[in-house]
Amino acid sequence: MIPLSWYLILTAALFCIGLYGVLARKNAVAILMGIELMLNSVNINLVAFWRYLTPEIIAGQAFAVMVFAVSAAEVAVGLALVISIYRRRGTVVADDIDMMRF
Amino acid sequence: MTALQVIFLITAVGTLGSALMVVITRNLVHAALWLVAALFGVAVIFVQLNAGFLAIAQVVIYIGAIAILMIFAIMLTRRVAQDAGPQTNPNWAWAFLVAAVLFGGLTWLLSAWSGFSTPMPEISSRADPLRQLGQALVSPNAYVLPFEVASVLLVTALIGAIMIAWDRKSG
Amino acid sequence: MTTEAIIWLIPLPPLLAFFLIVLLTNRNKALSHILAVGAALLSWLGSMIVFWRAIRTEHLGENPFVSSIPWLPTGDSWFIIGVQIDPFSAVTLFFVAWTILMIFLYSVGYHNFGQPKGDHDRPGLPPHGADVTDAHGHTHRVPSIEPMYSRFFAFIGLFAFGMYTLVVSDNLLTLFVGWEIMGLCSYLLIGFWYSKPSAREAMVKAFITTRVGDVFMLLGIVYLYSVTGTLNYRDILYSEEVLHTLGSTASGFLGLSVAGLIGLLLFLGTVGKSAQWPLHVWLPDAMEGPTPVSAMIHAATMVSAGVYMVIRIFPLLSAGAEHGSLTTTMTVMAFIGAFTALFAATIAVAQNDIKRVLAYSTISQLGYMVAALGIGAYIAAAFHLITHAFFKALLFLGSGSVIHGMEHGVLHTGQHIDPQNMFNMGGLRKKMPITFWTFLIGGFALSGFPLVTAGFWSKDEILADAFGHGHLAVFLTLALAAVLTAFYTMRQITLTFLGKPRTDSAQHAKETPWTMTVPLVILAVFAIAAGWAGIPEHFPAIGGLIPNWLHEFVGDTLLEYPEAVDFNIIPLLVSFTVALGGLYAGWLVYRSVPAGARDPLEITFPQMHKVLKNKYYFDELYDRLFVKPAYWISEIFTSKWMDLGLIDGILHWIAYISSRIGNYLRDYIDLPVVNGFGDMVGESTKRFGRAIRVIQTGRVQQYLIGALFTIAVFSALFYYLVFNR
Repeated sequence: MIPLSWYLILTAALFCIGLYGVLARKNAVAILMGIELMLNSVNINLVAFWRYLTPEIIAGQAFAVMVFAVSAAEVAVGLALVISIYRRRGTVVADDIDMMRF
Repeated sequence: MTALQVIFLITAVGTLGSALMVVITRNLVHAALWLVAALFGVAVIFVQLNAGFLAIAQVVIYIGAIAILMIFAIMLTRRVAQDAGPQTNPNWAWAFLVAAVLFGGLTWLLSAWSGFSTPMPEISSRADPLRQLGQALVSPNAYVLPFEVASVLLVTALIGAIMIAWDRKSG
Repeated sequence: MTTEAIIWLIPLPPLLAFFLIVLLTNRNKALSHILAVGAALLSWLGSMIVFWRAIRTEHLGENPFVSSIPWLPTGDSWFIIGVQIDPFSAVTLFFVAWTILMIFLYSVGYHNFGQPKGDHDRPGLPPHGADVTDAHGHTHRVPSIEPMYSRFFAFIGLFAFGMYTLVVSDNLLTLFVGWEIMGLCSYLLIGFWYSKPSAREAMVKAFITTRVGDVFMLLGIVYLYSVTGTLNYRDILYSEEVLHTLGSTASGFLGLSVAGLIGLLLFLGTVGKSAQWPLHVWLPDAMEGPTPVSAMIHAATMVSAGVYMVIRIFPLLSAGAEHGSLTTTMTVMAFIGAFTALFAATIAVAQNDIKRVLAYSTISQLGYMVAALGIGAYIAAAFHLITHAFFKALLFLGSGSVIHGMEHGVLHTGQHIDPQNMFNMGGLRKKMPITFWTFLIGGFALSGFPLVTAGFWSKDEILADAFGHGHLAVFLTLALAAVLTAFYTMRQITLTFLGKPRTDSAQHAKETPWTMTVPLVILAVFAIAAGWAGIPEHFPAIGGLIPNWLHEFVGDTLLEYPEAVDFNIIPLLVSFTVALGGLYAGWLVYRSVPAGARDPLEITFPQMHKVLKNKYYFDELYDRLFVKPAYWISEIFTSKWMDLGLIDGILHWIAYISSRIGNYLRDYIDLPVVNGFGDMVGESTKRFGRAIRVIQTGRVQQYLIGALFTIAVFSALFYYLVFNR
């Protein structure tokens, strides 16, 4: 009834939206939101493949669990970094943090 | 068009729409809230894929922790002057292009794949993905090691986040 | 040992002494003189043995002692050198050996061996004397030993080698070698006291003047070799055909035959070496050297070598002429010889230095010999050569003894006078008796004191030959010269020995040690006795008692035995008169010249005396004609114009051009191209970097966009190239 293709297109779109958010937003937290969207799309993908191709092997779901853990950790650290930067430089606009420029 | 398909479509549109709003809204708090909506939509999709545990986990972890964390972070890093004006940087066109090209490329590549239109297989009612997942995560023959490592990772991230965000002035 | 072996060995001991002294014993004075005198003794011994054997050999002239070796490869054949002792070289060897030995012995005393070292003596200056304190505390100044003692003996050793080589040679080349070695030693020994400017000038003058003669002599030797292909005496001088050919071929030069031209060129060597006019100017100045040098080199041996050579080549000189007549070359010789004899005698009359008188006397006597040979009196010339060597060596050594005695007086009294000026002497007869008597004998021999002195016999023979063969011009000139000779000799003896001492130094003069007086005595014996070997056969009363051994023996040397001239009373009377008259006149004029007085001749003939005293201003003439232009050529023309101006100018110009080119290369190639290339590399890298670095904005999102874009492109490429092929 619902072919795999629908899920794949959904995740592709979600991923690309997340990507756009990462690349185009000014605020650092907004960038992290974009990253979250991308990670979620990957999760959906994993679960979809599990469900459609190998429902009896639980590896897909286990992988998705790992992705959860990782993304949580990453967000925590990332936001800690953002707060740290905010303290030092007084800004969270990504374009203002260009100390590595030439 | 079956009911499941309709539900799926509604969910998909909702999710994508929320995601779009996340990346477009000028107001950052609104973006966070839209993110919550998108994450909720993802949870619903998990349900449709017979991954009930993951749906719950999604809600609890992502919405309950991560999204809240983001709202806290927005709160702590507020600059009134920054909130006004367009929230996209000058390269947004290039970003849009890249995203579009990537979407197009992915879709086109995937459509050439033979398994693109696989129908959903039946799973027996006796199969219990939750039990399987639980066993897989603690079984030495399966994924106990990644599980443990993931826990270590979380501890590390916890400590790391504290260290990074430690405010030296106030000790 | 064979005679030939001994002849080869005769020149070697002095050469060995030279090397040993120079290399090893220079510091040890006693050892040096032992080596030198010992070497002279060995050579003397060898010479005596050879002489003894020579006079015992029949027909030595036809079969002389010869020995030769091939020496120089010349194309297909060899140039052969060797030794030859024929009668003439035998008698030459005799007097050379004796005079050399006597002079070597004399030098030990002359250079004050045994005396203390001088207070302020330096090598290069004559010794000044040393202060000696005797037992009573009196300080005397005594003569001091010569600082360069060993060097002197080394040089006279080398000289002796040269002279012996010349005498024993059998060819003109080794003769010339000995000739030149002696020229070198003459140079070194005239300038023995090299710190004296006058000595330095004299040594150069001697060498250069004799060089002029030597160049012509070398030309003659070369010409001879090119015409005949040999320089050996036996091949040329004893070969009728060679002499005839040389004598009859015209040389194309001044109408002379080949033999005549060669003879003339070789004679010019004698003119230089034996100080004949016009190359006489070096010999008086050569008196700067120590007296043994004057005796040996400039009286007995080196100047005699010139006459020896010309006597040796007599067959060449007389080739082409009929018997009795003179070739052109011989006429030239006779003229120069006679002229020189008179010329030098006139100058000697006005000289005040005891050695200068003897120097001019030597020039004059050599003129006698040359003139004698020029008129064909072969034996007479050889005879006079031998006797002159003995009595002239005696006179020089005697004058050295006188000077030594005077110097003793000078040091004792502290007077600053010239010990060589005869007008500071006087009365030395009482102070230095041995010197006086031997000097008297020598002086009489020089003047030709009749009968008892050797000089009489040889001079008389020359006069007899000149008169007997009708060369009256030569006869009269030589007779006049004889008068003057006797006059100036007696002048010398009177001023030096007779009368009263004219200065304090003369008052305190002392006789010299045995090393100096013994040679004087021995030479005096020869000065008397040597003449008796050549008493002509037809001499009244005594002639015929002893055969004229010399005439027979030496005459054997020539191919054609020279006949003795018929006896004639006129030349004999002339000889008597000129000798005795001159001696008497000299004594008369100078016997009572008080201290501080001027020369009586100067008072009577002031202008002529002045001209004579200044040697007819020949030195000044040569200075203007030759010396100053030579200096001009060297200082102005060559040094200033050519070297500094032209050559240095070219070099400066080259440097200038080079620096221009260098600057051009630097400014147009090095700086813009080479430097520019390097700069360009750096600069372009910088500019490229500056252009590229805009990518590095520091903004993460832009990096990410870039990365993704690149990945997309590459993926598409990858996909198309790999998967779609």
